Amino acid sequence: MRPKVEVRSLNAWFKANHALRNVSLTVPANTVLAIIGPSGCGKTTFVRCLNRMHELVPGACQSGNVLVDGQDLHARRVDPVNLRRRVGMVFQRANPFPTMTIFDNVVAGLKLNGVRGDYPALVEKSLRQAALWDEVKDRLRQSAVSLSGGQQQRLCIARALAVDPEVLLMDEPASALDPIATARIEELIRGLRESLTIVIVTHNMQQAARVSDSTAFFYMGELIEHGPTEQIFTNPRESRTEDYVTGKFG
Amino acid sequence: MNSLMARRAVNWIMTGLCGLALAIALVPLVSLLWLVISRGLAGLSWSFFTALPAPVGETGGGVGNAIAGTLYIVGIACLIGVPFGVGAGVYLAERGDTRLGDGIRFIAEVLSGVPSIVVGIVAYGLVVIPMRRFSALAGGVALAVLMVPTLARSTEELIRLVPHELREASLALGVPQWRTSLRVVLRTALGGIMTAILLTVARAAGETAPLLFTSLNNQYWNWRADQPTASLTVQIYNYAVSPYAEWHDRAWTSALILLLLVGSLALAGRLLSRRRVR
Repeated sequence: MRPKVEVRSLNAWFKANHALRNVSLTVPANTVLAIIGPSGCGKTTFVRCLNRMHELVPGACQSGNVLVDGQDLHARRVDPVNLRRRVGMVFQRANPFPTMTIFDNVVAGLKLNGVRGDYPALVEKSLRQAALWDEVKDRLRQSAVSLSGGQQQRLCIARALAVDPEVLLMDEPASALDPIATARIEELIRGLRESLTIVIVTHNMQQAARVSDSTAFFYMGELIEHGPTEQIFTNPRESRTEDYVTGKFG
Repeated sequence: MNSLMARRAVNWIMTGLCGLALAIALVPLVSLLWLVISRGLAGLSWSFFTALPAPVGETGGGVGNAIAGTLYIVGIACLIGVPFGVGAGVYLAERGDTRLGDGIRFIAEVLSGVPSIVVGIVAYGLVVIPMRRFSALAGGVALAVLMVPTLARSTEELIRLVPHELREASLALGVPQWRTSLRVVLRTALGGIMTAILLTVARAAGETAPLLFTSLNNQYWNWRADQPTASLTVQIYNYAVSPYAEWHDRAWTSALILLLLVGSLALAGRLLSRRRVR
């Protein structure tokens, strides 16, 4: 399978703190990669390196290469702003724009950049993709903060999808949600695989097992093991992976 | 049980003392309002809002030109001061974590402590002398200089209150920094900034010292920025220091109008911020 994202000996630091140590892995197109590991193991830093959000933190730096479609993200002619339109991101806490309506939130990525288009059609398509359309179609002009937490998170997914990314990074998208909302988002992730490549960080191992094709286990900034999800959860090569997925630590 | 009684007694006494302190603090405020209202209300009439000042000895007349002049000068001050103040605040919040930012913050702090009469002298030197005349523009410049530091600091604080997640959300959508700053961060803080502007304007509208030798005064209507212009505060000053009893009455009535103007600006600011919270 063609690799969509390829990471080669990636290191990342926050000032003196070495957060990621020599991580290499590839993500084939139209698959879901789950990143698991205990708190502070570098999961979030890893995904933030994939759309160059990491470098926005003061004191952050990195080495190694990240390639999307074979193109190095840190090549001189790559504009991080354009890159982030190709590699979208959903955050741990739902963060809709509070001053905008539901409608404007969905098309924010285009509107803020002055891109014109058939907004109503795009809003409907994105909200349908995010499984939110039926709940909000009659209140698109209401404020985004009038939605529940789970709806807000799906709105943020719709907003990320509206700019038509090729890769979607999700940083614990369901950690603040109840089981029903979580189930809806997991269902959504499985459906989205048809059209894009997804990297999802999760604390919840059942979730990783349910939604992903491959799983990577991080510990103390190192990639301990990466393989097909089934293998990681049933027959891991590393004892530390086994200890973690069976709940002995973490 | 005994200690419970003692605690209740202490609680009761302390609450009483706090209430007393509040009452004492309210005395000057209430007496000021009472004095201005009781002395000023008698002269209040429709023509006082619309007419020109009457000469000594004549009855009637008003401060219409001074009300218009105050609004005019404050408007000029806003045109100059709001862009600089808000712009500096945005800069401090977004790019201010440097030595330059610390320097600007320090200067703003010093500047907001400068007595307003000194600001008036500066405006006199900067605008009045080169133009060779007193003018509304000079008054506006003086008030703008007063507005900029407070506006910059409150804008900075309000922008720093905008959650970091919103900034990241916008950047992650491929929106450049500058558009994120203007269209997401500033937009989110805008309600609070409007309140800050109104409160700053209310403060500036009540200033006399910076206007004394910048916009001076004018007995007639004036809409030219390069001409001396009446203002409520200077008019009150002139009426109050005059030897005529009827002018003293006009000073009280003008003071009442100024209080109403400043009070309604401040009230509008508060209402705006309350609506935002909801």
